[in-house]
Amino acid sequence: MRLFSDTKRKAFIEGIKDSIPIGLGYFAVSFPLGIIARNAGLCPTQGFLSGILNHASAGEYALFTSVQHTATYLEVMILTLVINARYMLMSCSMSQMLRPKTPFLHRILLGFGITDEIFGITVRRGGYIMPYYNYGAMFFAIPLWGLGILCGTLAGNSLPESVVNAMAVALYGMFIAIIFPPAKKDKTIATLIIVSFALSFLCSIAPFVKELTDGTRTIILTVVIAAVAAIIKPIKEETK
Amino acid sequence: MKIYIYIFAAFLVSSLIRILPLILIKKPINNVFLRSFLYYVPYVTLAVMTFPAIIETTQTPWSGLAALVICIVLSLRGASLLWVACAGSATVFLVQLFV
Repeated sequence: MRLFSDTKRKAFIEGIKDSIPIGLGYFAVSFPLGIIARNAGLCPTQGFLSGILNHASAGEYALFTSVQHTATYLEVMILTLVINARYMLMSCSMSQMLRPKTPFLHRILLGFGITDEIFGITVRRGGYIMPYYNYGAMFFAIPLWGLGILCGTLAGNSLPESVVNAMAVALYGMFIAIIFPPAKKDKTIATLIIVSFALSFLCSIAPFVKELTDGTRTIILTVVIAAVAAIIKPIKEETK
Repeated sequence: MKIYIYIFAAFLVSSLIRILPLILIKKPINNVFLRSFLYYVPYVTLAVMTFPAIIETTQTPWSGLAALVICIVLSLRGASLLWVACAGSATVFLVQLFV
């Protein structure tokens, strides 16, 4: 008996394939996060659970430090909201890539699976979202995120920093591979990338602004730059 | 036990903000400004998250910068996601060995 149709299975496998670099990068990023989790007093099980349920780097960093400083639950929730607010933007963006009749359960699962990287490959794939493609990516990448934290809480500082650093750069390499190829055809996107790089760099060194968390800076810059671009260069009706 | 409540609190919020827009926005947005805005969002967010983070993650900014250049060149030449990601990692590792 076949559980899924061929197209669903193909999409699922394609999702796994595209998430291999994501999983590799996740392991590298979440490993040091696991070290932080251990210092905050989490056991490996709690670290793994937190990874599977939240799968957000800055968000979990905030969670672990909150645990360490015994913040209130409300503080944790507000912090999570602010730091992860960019996912709300991504979710809005993804709502426009769904077939209008997509069932409720698919919407919930797709939403749960939003990470910077999975959102990235979803955009890259283009066309209507195939939920099973995202499930494939989630199925492979999210457990590796949890596993990285688990190993981090177990192993502590035994992996050389140079190896962890190098692995972590895989994620940025992936972002680059997602945004640059479309920039070749679309001059607006090319300009946007350069402007985004420049402003993001300026904001990381500018007084006051640099004190903001990475997540907050990302939201502010995204909203401002994308809004200005939408005013100056509105897309034509047929380009979507 | 307290730690589990912390984890659950964060899980609740992070899931709600991920899921709500997807279940609330059911129709295609017709407003040209909003459509354009949402069309540009992914490129801007991913670009903002990549730079300068890529040169801050690595031990020296130079290895990150080298990885940035290599990844851009490879992706413009049509290399696959996996290839570009691995080349980025390899570049950082090699530059850190020699510099």
